[in-house]
Amino acid sequence: MSDLCQHSLTQVRDLLCAREVSATDATLACLTRIERTEPHLSALLHVAADQALDQARILDAKGPDPAQPLWGVPIILKDVVATVGMPTTCGSRMLEHFEPVCDAHCVTQLKAAGAIILGKANMDEFAMGSSTENSAYGPTKNPWNLAHVPGGSSGGSAASVAAGQCFASIGTDTGGSIRQPASFCGIVGMKPTYGRVSRRGLVAYGSSLDQAGPMTRTVRDCATVLQVIAGHDPLDSTSMTAPVPDYAGQITQALAQGGSLRGVRIGMPEEYWGQGLAAEVESTCRAALDLAVSLGAEIVPLSLPHTRYAIATSYILAMAEASSNLARFDGVRYGYRSAQAEDLQALYVNSRSEGFGEEVQRRIMLGTYVLSAGYYDAYYKKAAQVRRLIRQDFLDALQQCDVICGPASPTTAFALGENTTDPLQMYLKDVFTVALNLSGLPGLCLPVGLGADTGLPVGLQFFANTLQEESLLTVAARLEAHLPTLPMPGLPYVAGR
Amino acid sequence: MSITPDKAQRIAALAKLAISPDQAIRLAAQMDDILGYMDTLNSLDTSGVEPMYTPVEHVSVLRPDVMRQDISRADLLRNAPETNGESFVVPRII
Repeated sequence: MSDLCQHSLTQVRDLLCAREVSATDATLACLTRIERTEPHLSALLHVAADQALDQARILDAKGPDPAQPLWGVPIILKDVVATVGMPTTCGSRMLEHFEPVCDAHCVTQLKAAGAIILGKANMDEFAMGSSTENSAYGPTKNPWNLAHVPGGSSGGSAASVAAGQCFASIGTDTGGSIRQPASFCGIVGMKPTYGRVSRRGLVAYGSSLDQAGPMTRTVRDCATVLQVIAGHDPLDSTSMTAPVPDYAGQITQALAQGGSLRGVRIGMPEEYWGQGLAAEVESTCRAALDLAVSLGAEIVPLSLPHTRYAIATSYILAMAEASSNLARFDGVRYGYRSAQAEDLQALYVNSRSEGFGEEVQRRIMLGTYVLSAGYYDAYYKKAAQVRRLIRQDFLDALQQCDVICGPASPTTAFALGENTTDPLQMYLKDVFTVALNLSGLPGLCLPVGLGADTGLPVGLQFFANTLQEESLLTVAARLEAHLPTLPMPGLPYVAGR
Repeated sequence: MSITPDKAQRIAALAKLAISPDQAIRLAAQMDDILGYMDTLNSLDTSGVEPMYTPVEHVSVLRPDVMRQDISRADLLRNAPETNGESFVVPRII
């Protein structure tokens, strides 16, 4: 039964549709896998075993439906995604007992597509972090090496998918929070174009940067999940009305033509391939690009000259937006309320000070500062101006190539505790991911091998123009088809392997 | 520009947070470090550049202005720390 968890989402979906496997079988296989791996990984904050099995029985009684592309497929959601009937803690004490009254738009879409929501994944508190060490419920471990972080903030999702606890997860990405943990755990992660997936029901961090996206074991799985969650939502005015293409169909078409990359121009920005890049990351990524060239791709050297300003720009804007978004946590309507609340001011201040962890408080304070009178122009407005220059870099570069390509992280997964004492050092780890969110463009991280020095996964990311998710998926699928398949992490602690 | 522990306390108060004197010392140093890094933006001339506050290029899509009730009062009150069955309850303010 455990073998079922080695399958990709697409494989298990085909077995489910052919009735070779029941939705109950698939759910039980994941639950068994969770039971064995979870004590070592701590990837999950909530497992809805009974609800999932009930849902599976209902689906089995009705039988597969061709109109439901995720019929019977167990999926785990990052705990920032609102779910009715399950907690949504955002990795924070502030929301420890919070149960949303509506599902997020993407959850409604997943359920309508027949997916089974199996549980909620660990994350950095309010998605603020790059290692999942900022969770109020303890860190998640990397399934490839339990002494290392899974990345963040969607680290629970990445570890869960990599370890075979589920067939896909939904993460969110404000400055790399899908792509960097996907890279660290050896899975596929996509941040779609801003507005491609509704943000309704995602607990907001940086509203102009946040975007939900799929985290899966293969590119085709990513396409299938994206197809389900993408599209216009009348209750999110920033969501796009553009029709959703047949992403999986386009992959089939691209692979049917032999998987050649002939005619594809891949831009290599010098800023992503130089100083500070670990040797094993550079060599693994370059080997993947050599493979792309052997498949017919053309490499276009180019520059994204404002890259060096991206971290400062991203953090200023994200923190400013966070300080405003997190003002809603006041101990009145939902969330934690301090017992020390003799008057209204004390209720606000004590509830927030006791409910938020230190990294969240630090970012709220920095955000408050950069928005305060006298500093607004110097920080917030300045960052918004640089944001436009960063976006223009991408648009100019994409005139010369079809996709832009660079490592997702300068190193493979770092050790637990390695970057927890100095917050700035942790922020600097996001050097290759933050610029994309500023631009609003889509990106995808593809696992391309294991680093020669650490034996940990290396991810290569691709960026494309607005709504060009199909370019990302078809380029990545062709490369994936010719790369050696990464095994599932060794998981020596799993009985029977 | 530097963030002193006193200044950290004032920023915390603006954000409705209370920090201990020890925290103020630590946070002041960290914020100073982080804001110092962010000052790298000042080396860039952005005169004449229109600020970009959102990547949304399309005009916001409006839906018909029709009143509807998606969530009941009971559901909205369900997550509140204290209610009287009709309203959120907070300490007396007058």
